[in-house]
Amino acid sequence: MDTPVRNDRFRAGFWTVLCALFTLAFLVIAVLRFTKGLGAVTNLSDRFPWGLWIGFDLLCGVGLAAGAFTVTACVHLFNLKAYEPIVRPTILTGFLGYVFVIVALLLDLGQPWNIWHAIIYWNHHSVMFEVAWCVMLYTTVLSIEFSPVVLERFGFHKVAHMIHKFITPLVIVGVCLSTLHQSSLGSVYLIVPSKLHPIWYTPMLPLLFFTSAVGAGLGMVVIESYLSGRAFGRHLEMDLLAPLGRVMVAVLSIYGLMRIQTIAHNGAFRDIIGLTYEGKMFILEFAIGVLAPVILLAIDKVRNNPTGLVTGAFLAVMGFVVNRLNVSVTGMERSAGIHYIPSAMEITVSIALVGIGMAIFALACRYLPIFPDAKGAKRSRRPASPSPDLVPAEEGR
Amino acid sequence: MTVGLLYDSTRCVGCHACSQACKEQNKLPGEVQDHTTAYTWTVVKEHEGAFVRQMCMHCLEPSCASVCPVGALHKTKEGPVVYDAKKCMGCRYCMLACPFEVPKYQWDRAVPVVGKCIMCYDRVKEGKATACAEACPTQATVFGERKELIMDARERMRANPSGYQDAIYGIKEVGGTGVLMLSGVPFASLGLKTGLPEEAPPMRTWQVLSKIPDFVAIWAASLYAIHWITKRRDDVAKAEGGE
Repeated sequence: MDTPVRNDRFRAGFWTVLCALFTLAFLVIAVLRFTKGLGAVTNLSDRFPWGLWIGFDLLCGVGLAAGAFTVTACVHLFNLKAYEPIVRPTILTGFLGYVFVIVALLLDLGQPWNIWHAIIYWNHHSVMFEVAWCVMLYTTVLSIEFSPVVLERFGFHKVAHMIHKFITPLVIVGVCLSTLHQSSLGSVYLIVPSKLHPIWYTPMLPLLFFTSAVGAGLGMVVIESYLSGRAFGRHLEMDLLAPLGRVMVAVLSIYGLMRIQTIAHNGAFRDIIGLTYEGKMFILEFAIGVLAPVILLAIDKVRNNPTGLVTGAFLAVMGFVVNRLNVSVTGMERSAGIHYIPSAMEITVSIALVGIGMAIFALACRYLPIFPDAKGAKRSRRPASPSPDLVPAEEGR
Repeated sequence: MTVGLLYDSTRCVGCHACSQACKEQNKLPGEVQDHTTAYTWTVVKEHEGAFVRQMCMHCLEPSCASVCPVGALHKTKEGPVVYDAKKCMGCRYCMLACPFEVPKYQWDRAVPVVGKCIMCYDRVKEGKATACAEACPTQATVFGERKELIMDARERMRANPSGYQDAIYGIKEVGGTGVLMLSGVPFASLGLKTGLPEEAPPMRTWQVLSKIPDFVAIWAASLYAIHWITKRRDDVAKAEGGE
């Protein structure tokens, strides 16, 4: 077994123990859920059929995986070669995000053993049908995009090189699938014009979901670079990440403007000025998810400072999470006539999934050539074993 | 031909015979509840002396059938919106999508299915009326062809203009429903949803979904074009730099 550089410090530290406890709780809850039904573990009801597992696990899990398609597009389609070092960690994050979503779905679906029915029974009028297919196909694309990393680790360089030959069409398919279903998660709510609060209901929902996912996806790229940098004692690649902050300012500004327009169009400003429950939740979402990051990241000094950049990115991601929960929960409460608060078990499952995802990410970073300065990548830089994502474009052709 | 039900609140005496008949016909376990559940598909509620039935409205363009990813819910050619539990994966999108909040869930079951009125589809196929219509002692619920039910409703309103609200609930709500309702008091005071859009909600998602194939073609081509241009620019820069 090779000894990984600098990061070989597996000890049962605080986070490891906490993660293990949550995983244990997750397993207990899963057993309860599959023997006693959804009612026994969740606060869902006939009046409020979708809760935290859809609002957070599905909508946010997919949204935060958006970094993968943005960064692969930057490198392989826009030819911004400088971003190659972060392609692998973002693809891994994307892939884990989708696995997270699928696991969450298996818990949330009433009859998860029928999940494959989407393959044989088609209803192309259903947004959920489209979502199901995009999740299936895009998870496949992400695993193919990530496979060279694993193949390299075990010495299958020829196969890894072959996959690289198809990287451009693969990335195009990936970007198309992402575009489709980042937006179609918004389209899911187009069917409820009489239920979703006018602060959030708009025919523009697909476009808004797509735009905000790009913003938050880039935020996640910054955060994961920061976290893995801390964990593995690497420096933050400010020359790469600061420009992403600039792009975030642009994307979030456009998104914010569209949001204001749709709210004005719906005449829903009354609720915001009147500080109704929905109005307050909107202000929270907009302040931390749009206004604060745009202002922070627009200032050169803040954006070029690691703490400032990470703070801005973190706020954007948090605002994104609040937005998805507002669409799926806050905005639906008035028409449902009840206040939904997730049960402790629902919250535990969501936290456990995030924890397990982060643990897998950390393990992968330790044992696979994810980061350029980790040991695996050094090996992959040998001329005999060109890595698909690290090899200069002209060599691959 | 589309069949439906006409419910006349002014004729209803709140005897719950319809709820009971529904239980028997569809072999639903347990007593009749005071609200609809996965095991009670129709109830009669009282609002200040006026009665109103709650049940599936059997929309002409049902949101539930439109959103179901596996087509477990579907609109039959006769009119009833039926459910196939064998296909269902339990995503509950139908519950979210239904403007009338009709589909209910078996939250207490390890293998849950959705429960909702299916307009006694087996009976309808045989040319019989629904169990609720047959059981109603005052003909507050009658079964028939939707067009004829509308004419019947208009006739009742013409004969007794002061006794009825000047509208038939279900004619235009969410694109029209198979169940039509008449009332002596405003619909809102019966707890019926008012202010629903006249356009069928499935139109809104279809407007987006139907454009996807064109969009994907253009988007994929654009992405390839961008790739082509940026790569060419890079190659040229390299060649010039090399000289």
